[in-house]
Amino acid sequence: MELCSFLTLDSFLTDPLTHDFMRKALLMSSLVAAVCGFLSSYLTLKGWALMGDAVSHSVMPGVVVAYALGLPFSFGAFIFGVGSVALIGFIKQKSRVKEDTVIGLVFTGFFALGIVLVSKIKSNIDLHSILFGSPLGISLSDVKQTIFISLLVVILLSIFRKDLMLYCFDPRHAKTVGINVFFLHYLLLTCLSLAAVVGLQSVGIILVVAMLITPGATAYLLTDKFDNMTMISVLSAIISSIIGIYFSFWFDLETGGSIVLAQTFIFLFAFLFAPRYGMFKLKKLFAGYK
Amino acid sequence: METTNYQNFRIDAENICVDYNGKVALYDANLRLKPGQICGLVGMNGAGKTTFFNALTGFVNISKGKIRINGESVRSAQKDQTIAYVPQNEGIDSQFPVNVWDVVMMGRYGSMNILRCPRESDFQAVKDAIDRVDLKDHLSTPIGNLSGGQRKRTFLARAIAQRASILLLDEPFSGVDIRTEKLISELFIQFKNEGKTILLSTHDMIHVREFCDLVLLINKTVVAYGETSEVFTPENITTTFGGISPDSLFGPES
Repeated sequence: MELCSFLTLDSFLTDPLTHDFMRKALLMSSLVAAVCGFLSSYLTLKGWALMGDAVSHSVMPGVVVAYALGLPFSFGAFIFGVGSVALIGFIKQKSRVKEDTVIGLVFTGFFALGIVLVSKIKSNIDLHSILFGSPLGISLSDVKQTIFISLLVVILLSIFRKDLMLYCFDPRHAKTVGINVFFLHYLLLTCLSLAAVVGLQSVGIILVVAMLITPGATAYLLTDKFDNMTMISVLSAIISSIIGIYFSFWFDLETGGSIVLAQTFIFLFAFLFAPRYGMFKLKKLFAGYK
Repeated sequence: METTNYQNFRIDAENICVDYNGKVALYDANLRLKPGQICGLVGMNGAGKTTFFNALTGFVNISKGKIRINGESVRSAQKDQTIAYVPQNEGIDSQFPVNVWDVVMMGRYGSMNILRCPRESDFQAVKDAIDRVDLKDHLSTPIGNLSGGQRKRTFLARAIAQRASILLLDEPFSGVDIRTEKLISELFIQFKNEGKTILLSTHDMIHVREFCDLVLLINKTVVAYGETSEVFTPENITTTFGGISPDSLFGPES
């Protein structure tokens, strides 16, 4: 590529768009980022970061089995995602082992099962693309599936937006006024599994948890309003995806890794310079000038 | 005749038991409260006060016994917004990105449609409730920036906006300033006149004598229950607190 000879900002931005696979990757990754970013604000507030990690890793054997059986991989992933949560709950209740230990134990077990299955089941599964994502090589059937799941999650989260917020904030009050918290708990888990499934295409199973945590954490540092938090979370996720894909195109970087790194940099920026909650509290600094 | 009797009571809990995975938290507890009564719930940490609240709101299931709220099941009480729960300040995440208005509006969620779109009447109820707890100037203040007393008043306003006839208050006086304490005690008198029933847990013996018509002493089960003047004796308190005398717990004035 003529990267170094005459790279202007204009060509930096437009050249990748001349490739069909890049347009598709940008669109798909932005969609996935929006879904994960939306969910991310709930997970951060509910304190479910570790749960996000667990579910996203646990979907691995589901993906492999579904591929082997010729089923939609989202189906298998969903079963194993929800199954892992059920198993975590069961072991926690029936043993004296602490919750974080149980979570770590169950998801690594599931993940290991997935890796063993990949090596045993001879198929065209590409372990590398499951582990690290492959937004540039996404197939048409995957595109359809991703769009369907993404829309489903966004619609569900939009309908129950306020109920979920109340559930994260004060489940006891929710229950007292007749809101079905049992349903909301499983709704959030279902959305988490589905988001992990679409997210893994973009950044892979290992890093998908970043898509589910980092945008929410960034937004949490930047605002005191829940609606703004959701919006900032979605926006920062989309922007990171676009930055990540552009950088991976021009500098030949692993795409999933660059997307997550972009997210991390945006978080670090918020951590240092957020007006009210940043390390340097810009608001106070400027107030001092006046 | 039996049913009319039931309906005279706002809260009627009969021999209720609650256990968490086989570990008993509360057993054979009884409580009957009429409209306009204020009852203090007194016991040590871990004596089952929160469990009692949780059972009444339906947040935990009872393993035995029966609870009637206004003569009906806990589930229909939830649907009718009959019970409002005012949490302890420590029981909520003060860093959650919501402001005073948002929290009080949550009191109306149960009576809104599935999307929780507020109607004109909801806005009015929220405005009135915020006026009553004197937080007009803090409508858009994030709850993380409120003082302990202001935060307590925010959650009281949520209960008022909910228009519940039963209020459960978990340690309403802990960590609040004098102004809030005065406001809460004035509200109690208004609630009483409106026929609301109040059950409050407290560690402060002076507040029990000052506000509560009735007192329920518990230690996993009911130790004593009745009119404050009769039941709130040093002997009963000593039994409730596992043999420790009230003097050493709360100072000689108690």
